[in-house]
Amino acid sequence: MASSDSATAPADHKRPRGLAPFLRSQMRNIAPFLTLIFLSAFFAIASPSFATIDNVGNILTQVSVTGIIAVGLTFVILCAEIDLSIASIANVTGIAVAYFTLQESYVNIANVPMPGIVAILLALALCALLGLVNALGLTMIGIPSFIMTLAMMQIAAGVSALLVRGQIAYKVPDLITTLGSGSIGGIPWIVIVAAVMLLGGHLVLTYTRFGRYVYMVGGNREAAEFAGLNVKLILGSVMVISAVCSGIGGMLGVAHFGSAQQNEFDTYLLDSIAAVVVGGTSLFGGRGGIGNTIVGLFVLGVLNNGLDHVNIDSFLKILIRGLILLAALIINVYAQRLREQAAD
Amino acid sequence: MSQGRSPILELNQITKAFGGVEALRGVDFALHAGEIHGLVGENGAGKSTLMKIIAGVHPEFSGRFMLDGKETRFRSTRDAHAAGIGMVHQELSVAPDLTVAENVFLGNQPTNRLGFVQWRRMAREAGEQLSRFGIDVDPMTRLGDLPIGLQQLIEIARVLFSGARIIILDEPTSALSPPEVERLFATLQKLRDEGTSIVFISHFIEDILRVSDLVTVFRNGRKIAETASADTTKGALIEAMIGRGGEALEHSYTDDLMLPQASAGSAVLRVDQLSLGRTLQDVSFEARSGEVLGIYGFMGCGQLELSRILFGKLRPDGGTLAVDGAAKTFRSTAAARRAGVALVPESRRAMLFHQEPVYKNISISILERISALLLKPVRERAIAQRQVEQLQIRPPVVGLDLGMLSGGNQQKVALAKWLTYPPRLLVLCEPTRGMDVGAKNDVINIVRDLRAKGLAIIVLSTEPETVLSLADRILVLKRGAVVREFAGEAVSKDRLLEAA
Repeated sequence: MASSDSATAPADHKRPRGLAPFLRSQMRNIAPFLTLIFLSAFFAIASPSFATIDNVGNILTQVSVTGIIAVGLTFVILCAEIDLSIASIANVTGIAVAYFTLQESYVNIANVPMPGIVAILLALALCALLGLVNALGLTMIGIPSFIMTLAMMQIAAGVSALLVRGQIAYKVPDLITTLGSGSIGGIPWIVIVAAVMLLGGHLVLTYTRFGRYVYMVGGNREAAEFAGLNVKLILGSVMVISAVCSGIGGMLGVAHFGSAQQNEFDTYLLDSIAAVVVGGTSLFGGRGGIGNTIVGLFVLGVLNNGLDHVNIDSFLKILIRGLILLAALIINVYAQRLREQAAD
Repeated sequence: MSQGRSPILELNQITKAFGGVEALRGVDFALHAGEIHGLVGENGAGKSTLMKIIAGVHPEFSGRFMLDGKETRFRSTRDAHAAGIGMVHQELSVAPDLTVAENVFLGNQPTNRLGFVQWRRMAREAGEQLSRFGIDVDPMTRLGDLPIGLQQLIEIARVLFSGARIIILDEPTSALSPPEVERLFATLQKLRDEGTSIVFISHFIEDILRVSDLVTVFRNGRKIAETASADTTKGALIEAMIGRGGEALEHSYTDDLMLPQASAGSAVLRVDQLSLGRTLQDVSFEARSGEVLGIYGFMGCGQLELSRILFGKLRPDGGTLAVDGAAKTFRSTAAARRAGVALVPESRRAMLFHQEPVYKNISISILERISALLLKPVRERAIAQRQVEQLQIRPPVVGLDLGMLSGGNQQKVALAKWLTYPPRLLVLCEPTRGMDVGAKNDVINIVRDLRAKGLAIIVLSTEPETVLSLADRILVLKRGAVVREFAGEAVSKDRLLEAA
């Protein structure tokens, strides 16, 4: 994962640079990795129950839903945009898939049962539609993504509220139940799904033309437009990708938790943004990638899990998470500056 | 004129490297009070780097930096500013959303005892300063609403009247019209007589010789020569700059030049009655295959807007546009590119990706043609390598980050990206602005090659030399209207200036 900037890696072998400038320009990749090693070592020493195979499995499972959502968010942040509606869209998609599934008789929701595959397709269509609204607001009307997705956060929460009306649904299609809470050969399906999606995201960003365009639009939007790229189409696409990834995360999350209800995913907004940014993807766009996001996911996962193992005050835990995020933001901005100096 | 006095600024053995590339190697430089010091050299020779060290932009370098006889180190531009050093950078650095007055007083607005900004006083003083400089503009207008040339003048005025005792001007005249240049020179001479030291970087050697007392020549990060302006000539300076005989290299275009008779090529682009707000009125012309159409006019004549319309970035209010006979309304730059139009804008920042390697900068416009879904990096690099060799881009390493290249080489990269699969119509805005003689000639040759391949080329420039050196037919644009067309007749710098 250390060479997570592999979108540019093939270009690196002939640079006439010393080691110090190289390290400086790679700071955004190195710092998160060192943080991960440091945290892992710290918790391994502090608690005997941390560094066990079982616990590694726990961490992987715990970061899976965040990981699925963070795939799409990585595209958005690489374009120097933001998506604040990811958690709400995850929530509404999870609720929608339950809404279209036959619930037990004691669940008091006026739902519309459908065959499993139809329910899944309808839920996917819903999140894609919400992503499309984000995309149109951003590109056609010109609403900054921060504000547009803030509105979408409310809209998606509103749709969720109308669908469940304060109740809790439990049943989702069998396929979703299996992927969300089943396992194969001891490996939870949700971990496999997250791994496949992260890998897919990485392949798209690194090896496809669209992926290159994402980096170019994020690196210098004006230049991308002057090169004749369809910048609006690319920005719109990443908003839809983000919404669909969130939707998939939401459906599997509902199966994983065993219930679909309002506000179930609220913590995932911060966690997903934190994973992408802690991993070292630049908030200014154009730098970073899925590799960074994976490191970021593990930093957060190890931190959350490790703090439980050392039996710390659970209120202090929130503060510590905030401080780690702040430190990562400082490194993120600082790394950008170092890089600009190196390139100047 | 400076013998016997100790310099106010003295640099010894300055060396500065970016990554592995040495931009300055052991340079000595001295500046005295009350002198105008001209700097010349090709792109990447180290002039701007040295000036940025003086202005505190690059705090890390090796060598001795003496100000007023005391060894000094600036940690930031703020330190340099406090020491009385002001610099106007090559690229415009203004706050377009603030008013003219705020820009003039950027960083030191007049305040009353409570710390509130005194708007009326600020507006009045800004107006006075600017009118001393011959600029007549309402100080309360938003700066971004003014033409670029005027914005640049206002930025220069801010530094000139900031009270700085050392003023550095990096290519200040490239965006100015001749009368504006005259006013600038008069002001510089007045400031010099009042004791200010001025460093003046320019590619216009006549300007340097006219306005400066001393000239220093840079080549490849070294100082090659320093002489009094009175003791040297343009030919001698060019020779020192590029290290080979220079007389034949640059025309002055003061004599008449015969434009060729109209070429037989078919019309690739036909523009009819184009208009845009107050900027463009009823502009009609044709661009023909195998011909370079020059469009000349002063800054703010509507050239930039015209180029943006041709490339689909601006939508005209009225008029029609046809490529190869088919009427087009470009909804995006992507649509314009697909119709075979390519644009190289005037600002490098607006067209290049500084954090990305050279080959990605070159391949971006052709990715669509070489890869359907998956990238083909080996092919991309091969294509880029060919362009880098053909255009003699230095250093010839396609994996190097673009930001490591000098300005002139970056400009070549910007051209290179359109050359692999040539478009039908190539629109070039200020293709040689800020370039040295050698690079200018390279660009001229590239454009001629493309013309021979049958492209229609439009060159828009505010420099008569640029248009004269490239164009087969010339339109003069004045306040958004075509006022004169030169075709198959004699033309010279004077005639162009007269028409504009």
